[in-house]
Amino acid sequence: MVNFAYKIKFMKKILFIEDESTLQKTLGTVLTKEGYQVVSALDGEIGFRMAKKEKPDLILLDLILPKMNGFDVLKSIKAEETIKEIPIIVLTNLESMEDIQKALDLGAATYLVKANYSLEEVLEKINKTINV
Amino acid sequence: MKKIFDQLNLFNQCKKYGLPIWQCPQFLFLIMGIIIILSSLLTYAIGNRYIEDPLLVALLVIIISVVLLIIASTITRNFETLAETNRMKSEFVSIVSHQLRSPLSNLKWVIEILMSGKVCPVAEEQIEYIQILRENSKRMDELVSDLLTVSRIEQNRLPLQEEKTSLKKLVVKIINETEILAKASNVEIEFSFDDEMPEIVFDPSQVKLAIANLVENAVRYAKTKGLVKVRLKKQKNNLCLEVEDNGVGIPEKDQKYIFQKFFRSENAKKHQTEGSGLGLYIAKSIIEKSGGKMGFYSKENKGSTFWLTLPIK
Repeated sequence: MVNFAYKIKFMKKILFIEDESTLQKTLGTVLTKEGYQVVSALDGEIGFRMAKKEKPDLILLDLILPKMNGFDVLKSIKAEETIKEIPIIVLTNLESMEDIQKALDLGAATYLVKANYSLEEVLEKINKTINV
Repeated sequence: MKKIFDQLNLFNQCKKYGLPIWQCPQFLFLIMGIIIILSSLLTYAIGNRYIEDPLLVALLVIIISVVLLIIASTITRNFETLAETNRMKSEFVSIVSHQLRSPLSNLKWVIEILMSGKVCPVAEEQIEYIQILRENSKRMDELVSDLLTVSRIEQNRLPLQEEKTSLKKLVVKIINETEILAKASNVEIEFSFDDEMPEIVFDPSQVKLAIANLVENAVRYAKTKGLVKVRLKKQKNNLCLEVEDNGVGIPEKDQKYIFQKFFRSENAKKHQTEGSGLGLYIAKSIIEKSGGKMGFYSKENKGSTFWLTLPIK
């Protein structure tokens, strides 16, 4: 029991904002297996609220989201003093140069186009970003 | 107010259709207008000299202008409909492929999880079937990517990120990556190049697509115990790359269609059932957009040589 509590305390927390439940399940499962604590939000509004409440170590953010799109979530998080330092990885299928530039300008740490990455590679990027 | 200005901005309008200025209806209409004015002036000049009654001259000028205007507007309206249909088609392809992309990447990741055995152990007999799933999802993925590239090319939105770099190094990399396929197909790839090879300005990731397509095609359509010769030469203002194979070749009747999208020659289909017929179209578009040229010569059953040039800037 002590051991378990110890583990929880040092588990890094990832907030996963993504409206597609398939993806929530797949990537979520892999992240949990990897030893992360995963909290998920299915739309932008909840995502932003949870970012403030949970103060995760990393945020995975889709761009096309109901209620509040990913760019706005990004903007809101970066404007909030208590959570603006949390690294954000954008994980999306939008791949125009303008979108990528816009997200990076708004302060995203990394921009990953889902179709071009395997799960293994996404995991690698997450591990790298969270351990800096 | 802004709307009216947008309507008047010919270049923006033409860009929307993804058409070159000389095929753009709005621009053609302007040209027609100028012709109308000139011809009216000409009629006026002629009329002034040969006809006594000025009223008649004025009437003549008006009649001619009206006729010209009607003809011109009919023609351009047709053009406009054509261009609009074309734009809608490109947009359709782009929307459909974007919509396909999300489920396909989900599928790809789920298969990856299954294969890794991270969620539940996989039995030996199941692996083969999961591999079939993976292979097929990969094929769909590639087709969707190709379709997206095509729609970007057609909408003139293919981004080029150019940098000064070595074409030779890129070719070596491509050949190394094709080596597995070549070995599996019992084909040897030979690479020769001129000693002096300047660095040139191009988009390495796009040009890589184009060259890799030529090399892969050469390997795929080579005969067993085939030989693919890749040559990189420096010409006056260009670097020239040739990819020669001793494969099935392209029948003469098919040669003029070879760079059209979705076209696949009969003997190519016989030889390789896979293939969307988009590769060469994409390759040529990329090279031309980079300021180069692409072409080929081929004899059926003897082999083909595809060449491309890129300018030394």
